[in-house]
Amino acid sequence: MTILLLALRRLAASLPTLLIILAGLFLLLQLAPGDTVDALMAQMGGGDPATAAQMRRYYGLDLSVAAQLGGYLWRLVRLDLGSSAIYGKPVATVIAERLPVTLLLMGASLGLAFAGGTLLGIVAARRVGRWPDTLISTLGLVFYATPSFWFGLMGIVLFAIHLGWLPAGGFEEVGSGVSGLARALDIARHLVLPTLTLALVFLATYLRIMRASMLEVMGLDFVRTARAKGLGETGIIVRHALRNALLPMVTLVGLQAGTMLGGSVVVESVFALPGLGRLAYESVVQRDLNTLLGIVFVSALLVIAVNFAVDLVYGRLDPRIAAGR
Amino acid sequence: MTQPLLAVEDLSVRLPPGADRAHALAGVSLSLAPREILCVVGESGSGKSMLASTVMRLLPPGVAPDGGRLAFRGRDLLALPEAGMRRIRGAEIGMIFQEPMTALNPLRRAGDQIAEMFRIHTRLDARAIRARTLALLAEVRMPDPEAALRAYPHELSGGQRQRVMIAMALALEPALLIADEPTTALDVTTQGRILALIRDIQHRRGMGVLFITHDFGVVAEIADRVAVMRAGRLVEAGPADQVLNRPQDPYTRALIAAVPPLAPRAARAPGGPPILALAGVAKTYRGGGLLPGRARVTHAVRDVSLTLARGTTLGIVGESGSGKSTLARCIVRLLDPDAGTIRLGDTDLAALSRRAMRGQVRRVQMVFQDPFASLNPRRRAGDLVAQGPRLHGMARGAALDRARELFALVGLDPAAMDRFPHEFSGGQRQRIGLARALALEPEVLIADEPVSALDVSVQAQVLALLDSLRDRLGLSMLFITHDLRVAGQICDRIAVMKDGVVVEAGPTAAVFADPQAAYTRALLEAVPGRAWIPGRPQAAAAAG
Amino acid sequence: MAILRRLLGNPAALLGALLLAAVILAALVAPLLFPNDPLSLVGRPLQWPFANPRAWLGTDPSGRDIAAQIFYGARVSLLIGLVATLIAVAIGIAVGALAGYYGGLVDEALMRVTEAFQTLPSFLLLLVLVAVFGSDITTVTVAIGLVSWPAPARLTRAEFLSLRQREFVQACRVLGMGDARIIVREILPNALPPVIVYASVVMAVAILLESALAFLNLSDPNIASWGNLIGAGRGVLRTQWYVSAIPGVAILLTVLAVSLVGQGLNDALNPRLRGAAPVKAVP
Repeated sequence: MTILLLALRRLAASLPTLLIILAGLFLLLQLAPGDTVDALMAQMGGGDPATAAQMRRYYGLDLSVAAQLGGYLWRLVRLDLGSSAIYGKPVATVIAERLPVTLLLMGASLGLAFAGGTLLGIVAARRVGRWPDTLISTLGLVFYATPSFWFGLMGIVLFAIHLGWLPAGGFEEVGSGVSGLARALDIARHLVLPTLTLALVFLATYLRIMRASMLEVMGLDFVRTARAKGLGETGIIVRHALRNALLPMVTLVGLQAGTMLGGSVVVESVFALPGLGRLAYESVVQRDLNTLLGIVFVSALLVIAVNFAVDLVYGRLDPRIAAGR
Repeated sequence: MTQPLLAVEDLSVRLPPGADRAHALAGVSLSLAPREILCVVGESGSGKSMLASTVMRLLPPGVAPDGGRLAFRGRDLLALPEAGMRRIRGAEIGMIFQEPMTALNPLRRAGDQIAEMFRIHTRLDARAIRARTLALLAEVRMPDPEAALRAYPHELSGGQRQRVMIAMALALEPALLIADEPTTALDVTTQGRILALIRDIQHRRGMGVLFITHDFGVVAEIADRVAVMRAGRLVEAGPADQVLNRPQDPYTRALIAAVPPLAPRAARAPGGPPILALAGVAKTYRGGGLLPGRARVTHAVRDVSLTLARGTTLGIVGESGSGKSTLARCIVRLLDPDAGTIRLGDTDLAALSRRAMRGQVRRVQMVFQDPFASLNPRRRAGDLVAQGPRLHGMARGAALDRARELFALVGLDPAAMDRFPHEFSGGQRQRIGLARALALEPEVLIADEPVSALDVSVQAQVLALLDSLRDRLGLSMLFITHDLRVAGQICDRIAVMKDGVVVEAGPTAAVFADPQAAYTRALLEAVPGRAWIPGRPQAAAAAG
Repeated sequence: MAILRRLLGNPAALLGALLLAAVILAALVAPLLFPNDPLSLVGRPLQWPFANPRAWLGTDPSGRDIAAQIFYGARVSLLIGLVATLIAVAIGIAVGALAGYYGGLVDEALMRVTEAFQTLPSFLLLLVLVAVFGSDITTVTVAIGLVSWPAPARLTRAEFLSLRQREFVQACRVLGMGDARIIVREILPNALPPVIVYASVVMAVAILLESALAFLNLSDPNIASWGNLIGAGRGVLRTQWYVSAIPGVAILLTVLAVSLVGQGLNDALNPRLRGAAPVKAVP
C-alpha cells in the first residue's frame, strides 16, 4: 500500500512536468510561421483579410496568447486534441487507431531487450575478462553504435529479400482475410524484424548496465557475507546479487521509455508499420502540427504511465523505498 | 597439550604486482586454542584483516597465499578444495564484519538471511528453521525476535544489525568465530553491549574467537591472548596481561603509550573571560515530502547554551546523532541556526547575514574530520593553506610566505608545498587542514573529530600538536569528539550531548570523577578497557 | 598525461582512437580528394563499387559519387556531433551545477524542467523543432543540442550534490569563499571528468540522431550526409543494397570510435570501475 501511495505521489508530482511540456509546446507553436487560419486559407486557395479576421475570431486566435494557452489546456483536459486537417478526423481518433501497433512493438522490444540484456550481462560479468565477456561486450558495443534504421534495412535485405523468410514490411497481410490465431501469427511474423531492430540498441545498453551493475554488486560486502556463509557461486548470484543488480536496470526502463518511443518513429517508417511513430513522421512531412502535438502529448502520457509502473516495480524490489527516502 | 583450534605457521600472502609492498602477510605464526579469544591488533595496513580473510579463504582477486600452513582442527585449509572449504565456511568457522549495514543484503529480511545458514548446511524443514532462527535472535538478545525475523536491515539500528550478523555467524555452532573489527562502526554504548554479548556467548558455547581490532581499549576488554601486527609481520604475541602491561617489543610499547588514558588532564588555570557564548541555540531539520503534514522534523540541536573561556579547550562529547557536529556547523554558519545567539566577543554570529558573516569568518575557523575529503584533491598543499589569506585580500606572494611559516609551525616540510594532497599521509593531511585554519589567525578554532580517522600513533601526535599550538598561539578551542579518552587528553571542560541537548557540562576532571547525569555515567562505563591504564607499565614508563 | 598513457595502453581505446583519427582524416582530406561538390553528378546512376575507377565506391540512384559523399559526410557528422555536444554539455553543466549546488527550490524548479525534457521523447521533440523551425544544418544542430542536455544535467547535478557535502567545500565556505567561486573553481574541476566521459555518449547519440533525421529526409537536403545517402538507397534496396550499406558502415564505425574512446577515457579515469559504461539515454 505504501508503495502504491508513493508511486501515486510521484505521479501527482509529474503533473507540473506535464504542464511545463504543454505550455512549452504551445509557445513553441506560436513561433511557427503562420497559424491555423493561414493553413486553412492556403488550402482554400486564398481569401480576403476580412474573412481571415472573421475566422481568427471564430477559432479564438484573436485572443491574447495567455487566453489561447488557457483554452488549449482546457481542451486537453477534456482529451480534445483538435482535428487533423490531413485525415479529416479528430486527432484523438487518428491516434487511437495507431496506438496499439506502437504499444505492441514497444512491449515486445522492451521485453526482448530487458531479458536478453539481463542474461547476457550476467554471463559477461561472471566471465569478466575472458572470451565470453569479450564477445558479448564487443557485440554490445557494435549494436550500440549501429543506427537502428540501417540495421532494419540490412535485415530486410538479408531476411526478406535474399532468404525470403520474413515479410519486408507492414503490420499484417492485407486482404488475407484470416482471423484469430492465424492472424496473430501473421502479425507476429511481421513484427519479428521491427522488434529485433528496435530492441538491439536497447539490448546493448541493458547488457552493459547489467554487466557493470553485476560486477559492482559482486564486490559488495553482503556478497562477501554470503561467501562466508558457505554459499556457492550460483546461490550467491541467484539469491543475493541478482535482485540488487536489477535495481539500476529497472530505473533505466523508466528513463528510456521516451527514447524507445522516439526509436519507434524510425523503425515504423522503415517497416511501414501503421503506428504512432509513423503518424508522427507523416504529420511532420505534411505540416499537420495539430496531429504532431497530439502525438507528443500522448507520448508524454505514455512515458509518465511507464514511469508509474516502474515506480511500482521498484518499490516491490526494494523495501527501502517504502520506508521513505 | 591439546591440539590448537587454529594453527598458523609461517604464513605468507602475496599481493598483486604494483601494490605498495610484496606481501600482505610475511611469515606469520600464531595459534588459537579452543575456548580462547585471541585479539589481533594493529594499525591500518598491518595486514590484520588480511589474516582473517586468509583463514576464510576469501581473499580478493590477485591476492593469494604463497607459503606456510593454516591448520584448522588439524586440517590444512590451504590445501582444501573449494567445495570442501564451502562446507567449513559458516558451519565450522563463522565470521562477522565491521559494517553491519553493508554486510547484510538490503533487500532480504533479517530472519531470511539467518535462516539461509540452515538451508545451506542442513536438511531441516522450514518450521524447524524458523524455530532455530527465533531461538538465535533471542540468544543475541534482540528486543523483539518475532519482529526482527520480518525486519529488513534498514529497519534495524546499527547494534541490532550487528546482533543479526552474530546470530547468523553462530547459527551452526561454529568452533571458531572470526570477528573483523565488529564494533568499530558502532557507538560506544552499543559497542560495550556487543562486546559483552560476544564474550558471553563465547564463554557459554566454548568457541574460539579470532578478534581483529585496532583499538587497545577493546583488546583490554575482551582478549585472553594478544598478537600485535605491523606491516604484515607479527611483532609480539602473548597473554593479554603480559602484552598490555609488560610489552617487550618497542613498537608495541610505542603503540600502547599512544593510547590516551581514560583520565582527565591536569586542570589548567580557569582561563580568561568567555570568548564564545552560545545561548538557546536550536537547529531543526525538516525532511520528507511537500505536504506539510508528512514532513519529518528532527530536532538536531535543542536549546544549547555553553561558554568557552579564552585560552581554554571545551570538549563536546556525544554519540552519533547527538547533534554535536550540527552545533559546530551552526557556529561557523555552515548551517543557519533556527534560534539562539552565538556571541563571539561582541558579535552575534547567529544574527549576521551570510555576507556579513564572510567578514567575520577569519575570527572562527574549523578543522574537519576526514583527512581525505577535507582537502581539494586538485589543489597544491601550499595553495590550500594560502587560499584563506588570499580571499581576504593578501597578495599571492605574501600568502605563500605565510603558508610556508605555517607549514613549519604544524610540523610539515615547507618544501612539500608544491605537492598534491594525495601525496601526503592521513596525519600530514590533517596538519595541512590545521595550517589552513590557522592561516586566518582565528580567535576560536573548532575541531570536528579531527583525530577520529587517524591511527592511534598519529592521533597522539596530532593531539599533542593541537595542544601545544593552543598554548603558543593563545587559541581558544571547541573540540568535538565521540571518544572520551581523547576528550580527557585535551579538554579543560567538557559538555556531554545526547539527542540535541547538553545533559551535563563541567570541568573534565569533575565530570570524569563524579558524573551527574545517568547518560554520562553510561558513556564512561562503556569505554572499552576502562579499568586498564595504558602507558603506565613499568617498561613503557622507563622507556618514555 | 598519465591518463593519456593509460588510455592508449588499453587496446579497445587505442582502436577507437585510431578509428576516430581515420574519420577526422577523412573529413580533413575530403576537399583535396574530391574538389567538386559531392552532390554533383559524376556518371551513370547505380554503378556497383569497384566497377568504375572514377567512382570507386559506386554511384547512388542520382548518379552521385558515393565515395565523395562518404568523405564529406564525415565532416557533417563530426561537426554536428561536436557542436551539438558542446551545446548540450554547456546547458547541462549550467543547469546541473545550479540545481546541485543550491538544492531546495532552485533544484526543484530546474529538475521539473529537466524532467519535462526527459518525459518528451527526444526524437519526437526533435521532429517538432524541425517542423517548426525548418531543417537547415544550423537549426538541426542546435535542435539536437537542445534535446540532449537533460542527461548531462542530471549527471552534473549528481556530482555536485555529492561534492558539495564534501568537507573541502565546507572548508572553502568556512574560509569565506563566495558561491560563484566555489562552484566554478572548487567543485566544477572535480565534477568535470565524468561529464566529459559522458560527452562521448552525447556525441555518439547526436551523430545517430542526425543520421536518423537525414534518413527520414528531414535534415538539410543540401549537404552530403550519411543519413541522406542511406535514405536515397532505400528505393533500390532490393537490388543495389550497397547504396544504403556503405554509409551505414561509416556511421557505425564513427559512433563505435567515439564510444570506444569514451569508454577508454572512463576506464582511464576510474581504473577501479573498469567497464562500467556510461548509459546512453537517447536512440
